[in-house]
Amino acid sequence: MSNPVTAPITSDIPRQPLDWLPVALPLIVAIAAFPLVGNPWTWLTLTVAGLAMGMIIFMVSSGLMLVFGLMDVLNFGHGAFIALGAYVGLAVLMPLTPWVEATSVLLNSAVFALALCAGVIVAGVVGFVFDRLLIQPVYGTHLKQILMTTGGLIIVEQLIRAIWGAETVSFNLPASLRGSWLLGEAAVERYRIVALGIGSAVFLGLLLVLTRTRIGLMIRAGVENREMLEAMGYRTRHLFVGVFVVGAMLAGLGGVMWGLYLQNFTASIGAQINVLIFIVIIIGGLGSTTGCLIGALLVGLTSNYVGFAAPKIALFSNILLMLLILLWRPQGLYRVVDR
Amino acid sequence: MADKGAPLLVLDKVETRIGPYHILHGVDLVVPEGGATMLLGRNGAGKTTTARTVMALWRASAGSITFGGRDITREDAPTIARLGVGYVPESMGIFSDLTVAENLRLAAISGHLDPKRLDVIFSAFPAIKRFWLGRAGTLSGGQKQMLSIARAIVEPRRLLIIDEPTKGLAPAIIANMIGVFRDLKATGVTILMIEQNFALARAIGDTVAVMEDGRIVHHGSMAELADDDALQRRLLGLSMSAHQ
Repeated sequence: MSNPVTAPITSDIPRQPLDWLPVALPLIVAIAAFPLVGNPWTWLTLTVAGLAMGMIIFMVSSGLMLVFGLMDVLNFGHGAFIALGAYVGLAVLMPLTPWVEATSVLLNSAVFALALCAGVIVAGVVGFVFDRLLIQPVYGTHLKQILMTTGGLIIVEQLIRAIWGAETVSFNLPASLRGSWLLGEAAVERYRIVALGIGSAVFLGLLLVLTRTRIGLMIRAGVENREMLEAMGYRTRHLFVGVFVVGAMLAGLGGVMWGLYLQNFTASIGAQINVLIFIVIIIGGLGSTTGCLIGALLVGLTSNYVGFAAPKIALFSNILLMLLILLWRPQGLYRVVDR
Repeated sequence: MADKGAPLLVLDKVETRIGPYHILHGVDLVVPEGGATMLLGRNGAGKTTTARTVMALWRASAGSITFGGRDITREDAPTIARLGVGYVPESMGIFSDLTVAENLRLAAISGHLDPKRLDVIFSAFPAIKRFWLGRAGTLSGGQKQMLSIARAIVEPRRLLIIDEPTKGLAPAIIANMIGVFRDLKATGVTILMIEQNFALARAIGDTVAVMEDGRIVHHGSMAELADDDALQRRLLGLSMSAHQ
């Protein structure tokens, strides 16, 4: 957005300085984990794996960050869009197996991009219907939102089972995304590097839209005082429908990525990760894009380090992480929305 | 701009219900173009409800509202705002997470801030320029009120509805506000202001309407009310002279 104000405008009070401590947390966790892991190459492998896992978790969480964190819609059905993304990705990859197995990077990339696009579009369309049928009638009432969206999740899951079956499905990554690069004795999986790249792009895109565009201003303002935004001439209903659809599309994108990461999953793939997503958003602070990313990276790193060093406590390591963060900062790493 | 003094906003037997409560019982109000109409009355008389009903933030259950000759009774708030109605709510309604600059950019529906208009705002409210890049939530109460008013006038409006702009403000800031509202009036903008501060009401108002129990019980010129202590006592329970 251009600023047509030509006169130099200065501020006597400084802009709120960025609170760097949460940004440094993943680094602090990584350094703290080094003595527990011992071997530097194993540590590097776990760190890259944790960061990549965190990026994928960020992708599946970012949609709910918008919907729950900003719009205050308790969408327990978010997992439905993740499951849809994963299965639609599968539906694209299966018939195009020759492209998946081809030795051509171009064909591999094309089929991968097709799967991502299809997952995003289908999740967006279903998200629009979901919003009209289930969310709008219960806007502003949390209890009803929980009931309606949980019902929506069950319906979508059952539809997936009806279409694709109840059994575990499995598929391969496109050929050029399989395998690892070796950095010394550390193995860095190619797909994880791709996930890091796509996740970074999603993060930067979200950050730019929310902080540098008029639509971002409207979203942030509407979340704080929807009525005032309307009294200023903006139709928030369309805006919030758009935000919900974008949230579903991000979940669809994350679903394709998560499905490819797991490679074996059932229709419950979304429901299984729902709790983890809420943990990430609560750790990050409601409505904070940066907080959501850091929360996801912390969850990814912690899961990998704890899974290696102390597998017995891996089951509740995320809960423990959330507990510690909330003891330190009860409103999450970055407070954006007071609620 | 239409004829000065011609009715710009007309409320005809407007009733408003909020849940089980019947708040407005047939409000009849005419706001003439180009002047300042003060809406007075005791707490709970229905002044804020009247302003919110005009802005369609609460719906009129009966009666009609006409703005510039157009029936806006069934229009929604964004439509009314885009017809040229600026609204400064009692709560100020600033977006505290946004910077001062972002608050003003958002208020400019056209998407562009007019530098000349911005200069006027800066000269009226120097704090807006000083804290341009600061988060609006960090401003003091008076500065927030200035931002709220600045937002309403960042683009030309035909009507400004301002709900208790001096509530909780220091006398020095109120004195500054009086000057700002006079300057605004001089630009030809019509003002409908809800105010409890009678000194300010007298300094700015051309016409006055007094509300009681959800009805307009008096409508006339401000000069007439200001000169009639008995009328003030009867309508408002006290006299303006006691507030000098």
